Amino acid sequence: MRFHGFRYAATLALVAAFIASPAAAKTISVSADTPDANEKLQEALILAEPGDTVELGAGVWKLTDGLSLDVDNVTVRGAGTKDGEGSILDFSGQQGAGEGLLVTSDDVFLTNFAVLNTRGDGIKSKGADRIVYHELRVEWTGGPKATNGAYGVYPVESSDVLIDSVYVRGASDAGIYVGQSRNIVVRDSIATENVAGIEIENSFDADVHDNIATKNTGGILVFDLPNLPQQGGHNVRVFENIVSDNSTPNFAPKGNIVASVPTGTGVLVMANTHVEVFGNAFDQNGTANVMIVGYRYDQKDPKYQPLPKAIVVRDNQHGKAGYAPAFAGGAEIAAALGGAIPPILWDGAGDAVVLDKVGVLSLGLPDVTTPQSEAKPAPADLSKGTPPAPLPGITLPEAMEAKVQ
Amino acid sequence: MKRAVAALAAALLCASGASGGAPPHVDQALIDGDATPPKLSAFGLFAANDPARPVASFAYTLETPLFSDYAEKHRFVSIPAGQKAKVRADGTIDFPVGTVIVKSFGWPDWNGGRPVETRLLIHRAKGWVALPYIWDADGKDASLAIAGRRVPVTFKSPDGEAHSIRYGVPNRNQCKECHNLAGTIEPIGPKARNLVLPTAMTDDAKHLYFDNPEALQPVMPRWDDPTSGTVQDRARAYLDANCAHCHNPQGSASNSGLFLRWTDPVGVNYGIGKRPTAAGRGSGGMDFAIQPGDPDHSFLIYRLESLDPGIAMPELGRSTVHKEGAALLRQWISEMPKGE
Repeated sequence: MRFHGFRYAATLALVAAFIASPAAAKTISVSADTPDANEKLQEALILAEPGDTVELGAGVWKLTDGLSLDVDNVTVRGAGTKDGEGSILDFSGQQGAGEGLLVTSDDVFLTNFAVLNTRGDGIKSKGADRIVYHELRVEWTGGPKATNGAYGVYPVESSDVLIDSVYVRGASDAGIYVGQSRNIVVRDSIATENVAGIEIENSFDADVHDNIATKNTGGILVFDLPNLPQQGGHNVRVFENIVSDNSTPNFAPKGNIVASVPTGTGVLVMANTHVEVFGNAFDQNGTANVMIVGYRYDQKDPKYQPLPKAIVVRDNQHGKAGYAPAFAGGAEIAAALGGAIPPILWDGAGDAVVLDKVGVLSLGLPDVTTPQSEAKPAPADLSKGTPPAPLPGITLPEAMEAKVQ
Repeated sequence: MKRAVAALAAALLCASGASGGAPPHVDQALIDGDATPPKLSAFGLFAANDPARPVASFAYTLETPLFSDYAEKHRFVSIPAGQKAKVRADGTIDFPVGTVIVKSFGWPDWNGGRPVETRLLIHRAKGWVALPYIWDADGKDASLAIAGRRVPVTFKSPDGEAHSIRYGVPNRNQCKECHNLAGTIEPIGPKARNLVLPTAMTDDAKHLYFDNPEALQPVMPRWDDPTSGTVQDRARAYLDANCAHCHNPQGSASNSGLFLRWTDPVGVNYGIGKRPTAAGRGSGGMDFAIQPGDPDHSFLIYRLESLDPGIAMPELGRSTVHKEGAALLRQWISEMPKGE
């Protein structure tokens, strides 16, 4: 992982400013060891005032109902994420609510605790601007199962989202999912044994970097879907990640878009404009290291743009890929090509520039309404196009960066 | 049921009184202030603190209510003396600051029909505040339960089936999850299209509490009364009352793109041929929320008929399946032409 020295230096001055300001904030400590711990913790989350910290005691919290936070500028801090020493929120006996923890307020900082075995999503934040997810573990401890909840961490409809040093395992949809949001950073995190490791969906302006996405069905997805309030996903950079061995058979409930992700997918870009995939280390992705596709389902949304456009793939390391293409007709194409397809797969829709010195296989389906059964697979040379001007990169408010230093 | 009748009668007595506003023993200063008293009795919203004797401006019912585990609900409104509510052009009601909307939940065959909980929605100067109170074991008062609680209850549903559930009294945040409109708390039930005033309430009494009572025209049918509307209209009324508080563009489920208000067009964003967005296990392996002609392949039905927190809709306030409601929606979907 790269050291974020830049960020550190930039925030020192800010930390000093904080120390100088009057400190009215209080810490509300809650213990896991009371019989009504669920109610006491929820009460603390309700009675907290802006600036306060709710401190989760170490131990295993047996929770029967989802928790929620609706107060701005609150920190929820545990004693760690590890079994035996950390603050472990165990939802195995959950009876209600669609997620383990729901945040609906701004400037919230979640750090140093674990959320296990929720029935639905792990941690969801909706309309929660400037939220920071840091040093968290969200896990379905039985490993990949269709009965696991959908998303591990799930910010949606938010501006300024930071997900830093988070570990997610076992999500039956996406481990780290950011939907219908803007100005997003997902970094230094690990997503493993999920259907999708990390997914940026219907979102604008995101940097996904220095993460490890391994043993998922698909490592990192950049999607856009129709019929949603925010669509037209664009300006996403996926860089300097390790995306390897994404070999877990797809275990998503059918109907969900990720159920269509072929096992063995590294990075999958669908129906977005201006996505840069660079500096990543790919290895052991049996379908493809990078897939670039249009949205090929029936849809009649006049405002929807189904094509991938201005996609740039450059400077990536490509290990073994394409040896087990898990899409219809994939095995036959691989056999015809001597056992494997090239590491980059394009359905032929939209446009992309690929500067990596590896092969690209096009399925020859420029029209997204043409069924995949009519594919005309052939090698494609995408190195000749002119890439758009590089994206500037995401800057988050300094107060957010200060929280994780 | 007797208690229900008694409550209604008490409310009517208040409503038909010509004194104007709520009787003096409602503590209006407490209502208007910032306090969240630990005991419900502090507000003086019930005579002798008896839940069957509300101190009401008027009681009301809804054409089609939200299903809450077959609970019987008693609703009333207290409007401060001399003030009036106004029906807005969009059918929502502008209640004056100082208004309290009170809703008690109970079962006729549980604990002598006494309510389990009473929820207040108080209109304060800074906005609406939601407060859940759970009745004490001795039934003499109710205690604030800001963090909610699960209360074991036993009752029979109308078809005679016995239920023993851990009924979920919502916490204050959960109150807001449903009452949330663009980040602030708003009343849900009392809207012109759904609100029903007591038949015995005189025009004079209506004018006492409303600027424009003539605008109260409940156009929604009763979900369970076939004489009140077509199957589709009753299904739409049911979806409005049970889903649309979250499933609207400013509600808690805005990101789903599934919008189920009475006024929403019945198209893709109403679920017809709509693929799951963030449904996870809620898709039940199905492609569409509503597959016309095929309720068994419509995951809207699957979610309504589930009790698993990772699947069930609504997400809050339901520990039993509303079989009769689901049956209506099944009929509606069955009767849709396939390929629509």
